Amino acid sequence: MSGLESLYQQIIVDHAKHPHGVGLTAGEETSHQLNPTCGDEITLALRWSADGEHIESVAWEGAGCSISQASASLLATLAAEDAAAGDAWTPVQLQSLIDEFREALRSRGATPLDEERFGDAAALSGVSKFVARVKCAMLAWVAAEDLLQRRAG
Amino acid sequence: MTAAPLTAAPLTDGEIAAIRAQFPILGREVNGHPLVYLDSAATAQKPLRVLDAERAYYEHENAAVHRGAHTLAAEATELYEDARRTIAAFLAVDENEVVFTGNATEGINLIATAIGIASSRRGAGADFSTYALEPGDEILTTELEHHANLIPWQELAARTGATLRYIPVDDNGMLDLDAVPALITARTRVVAVSHVSNVTGFVTPLERIVPLARAVGALVVLDACQAAPHLALHPRALDVDVAVFSGHKLYGPTGIGVLYGRAAVLDALPPHLFGGSAITTVTMEKAHFLPAPQRFEPGTPRIAAAIGLAEAVRFVTEIGLDRIAATEHVLAERLHAALAEIQGIRVLGGSAVPAGERVALASVVVDGVHAHDAGQVLDDQGIAVRVGHHCAQPLHRRLGATASVRLSAGVHTTVAELDRAIEAVAGIRQFFGLEAATTAGGGAS
Ligand SMILES: Cc1ncc(COP(=O)(O)O)c(C=O)c1O
Repeated sequence: MSGLESLYQQIIVDHAKHPHGVGLTAGEETSHQLNPTCGDEITLALRWSADGEHIESVAWEGAGCSISQASASLLATLAAEDAAAGDAWTPVQLQSLIDEFREALRSRGATPLDEERFGDAAALSGVSKFVARVKCAMLAWVAAEDLLQRRAG
Repeated sequence: MTAAPLTAAPLTDGEIAAIRAQFPILGREVNGHPLVYLDSAATAQKPLRVLDAERAYYEHENAAVHRGAHTLAAEATELYEDARRTIAAFLAVDENEVVFTGNATEGINLIATAIGIASSRRGAGADFSTYALEPGDEILTTELEHHANLIPWQELAARTGATLRYIPVDDNGMLDLDAVPALITARTRVVAVSHVSNVTGFVTPLERIVPLARAVGALVVLDACQAAPHLALHPRALDVDVAVFSGHKLYGPTGIGVLYGRAAVLDALPPHLFGGSAITTVTMEKAHFLPAPQRFEPGTPRIAAAIGLAEAVRFVTEIGLDRIAATEHVLAERLHAALAEIQGIRVLGGSAVPAGERVALASVVVDGVHAHDAGQVLDDQGIAVRVGHHCAQPLHRRLGATASVRLSAGVHTTVAELDRAIEAVAGIRQFFGLEAATTAGGGAS
C-alpha cells in the first residue's frame, strides 16, 4: 500500500481526526466551498490584524473526506505558526503560497511542496499523484483565495 | 408484476468465464492488481462485439440516415432502423414507440419538456391538451429518485404552476407504500418513479403504484436505468406510459439512450427540440412534424451508438435476462450476507435480499471514514466502486448519510471478485487506525 500511504501520511490522518483552526464567529466574512461530486464542504474565514495588513489566523468549519479536512487544518496551522514567528502573511504572500500549492498539487508528483515554506502541510504533496483528490485538497485554499479576491476586487 | 420468480439457472463458472473473455478491459491491472470492476451501475463495461459493431458500421456503411438516396445512406438507414427494431423486440413494444436519446437523463427531460410545451398550448397531436399541466395539477415522484428523475419535474412544476409531491422513503430505504393512496388523487397528472433504486438496489413494487395512477388517468413515467441491465423490462406488462434507460449501463456505448413511449402519448406530445429530419413540410412561417419516433429525433441521430446498443441488447438477450437475474441474485445474497457481518459499516437499506426484489448492488457507509477515503482504499487494491451520493442526495439525506460507497455487479462479476471486494471493505477501518473489523461466517476468504 505504498501509494496509499503516501496519500494518507500520518500527519494527514492526525489532522483529519483532530483538526486545528475549527470554529467560526457569527457574522464574520466567510467563503463557502463545495465539492459537488462527494459533498466535501469548507467554510473559511481569514482573520486580519487591526491595521488590516496581515492575516493573523485562519478559521474554518467543514465536513468531508480526510484530505479536504486535513488540508484546511494544515492551512490554519501554517497561518498560526507563521504569525507566531512574526511572519503573519500579507495578502500577496498568501496568494503566492496558494499559487505554489496549486502548482505542486497539479504537478502529478513532479513538484513536491517545499517543507521550508509549507511545514507540515508539505505532507499534502502525496495528493498530487491522485488526480481525483486534488480538488479535495484545494478546497480550503480556494476558499482563502476567494476571500483575497473579494477584498481586492 | 412484482419481481418475476427466479426460475432460470444461474450462469455456470464456465459460462461466466466465457463472458469475461469478451470484455477486453477485464484483462487490465489497476495499481498492480487485476481490475475488479464493481461500478456497473454507473456505467457498464463493453464487450468486444459492441465495439466491433460500431467500428464495422463506420468502416462499411457510414452515411447520414433518412437523408439521401445513395447506397450507403440506404444501408445506414436500414441499420439504424434495424437497431430500433432490436430495441423494440427487447422491450416487447412497437418500433414507432422507441425513441433514441442521448441517455436516460435526456429521455426524462424530453418528456418533461414536451409536457411543458404542451402546457403552453403547443401540441402536435389533436389531444395534446390531455397532457398539459396547469396550477393545481400535481406531479408525483419519490424521495429515492436519481436527480435525473427529480430535477426535470421540479422545473416542469415551476414552469407550469403544478405542484411536485413525493412518495416518502422509510428508514429502510423502502418507499412508504401506505402513503401512496392518499398521494395519488384526481389532481395527479404525472407519476414518475424508478424501477430499481440506484442506491439500495431495491425493485419498486410498481403494482402498488401504477394501478392507482392509471385509475386517475395520470401519465406514468418509469426510470428503468437500473432495471434494464438486470431484469426483463416490459413496459406494457408494467402498464407504464413512458420508460427510459441509458445504453451505457446495458453494455452499450455512451451517448445513446432509449425512451419508450406508448404510441398514443408520443403522437400527442409536441417535439422538445426542433430542426431537420423531424418534419414533413416547412414554410417560412410554419413546420409540420413527422409522427413519432422521428418527431423526437431532430438532427443527425446517434447512428453508430444506436447500432452498438442493438449489439449490446443482442449480447444480453443471448445470455438471457432470466439467467442474468438468477446469477445476480446469488451474488446479491452473498454480498449482503457478508456485508451484514462486517463491524463498523452500515448498508443503506439493510441486508435483506428477497428473491427478485433487489439487484446485486450495495451502498455502504463506513463509520468514521468518509466514502471518498474508503473508495481510495479499494482503488488501491484495483477495486473500482462508486463513492459519493450517486446523484441521489435526498435519499442519502433521508437515510442519514452524505455519501456512501457503492458496489455494483455486472454480468461478468465472479464470486471471487465479490469476495475480494468484501474483504477489502472489511479492512477499511483498520487502514485508518480505527478498531479492526471482523468478518464472521467466513464470507470473505
Ligand atoms: C436510476 C437512475 N436514473 C437515471 C440515471 C441517469 O443516467 P444517465 O446519466 O446515463 O443519463 C442513472 C444513472 O446515473 C440512474 O442510476
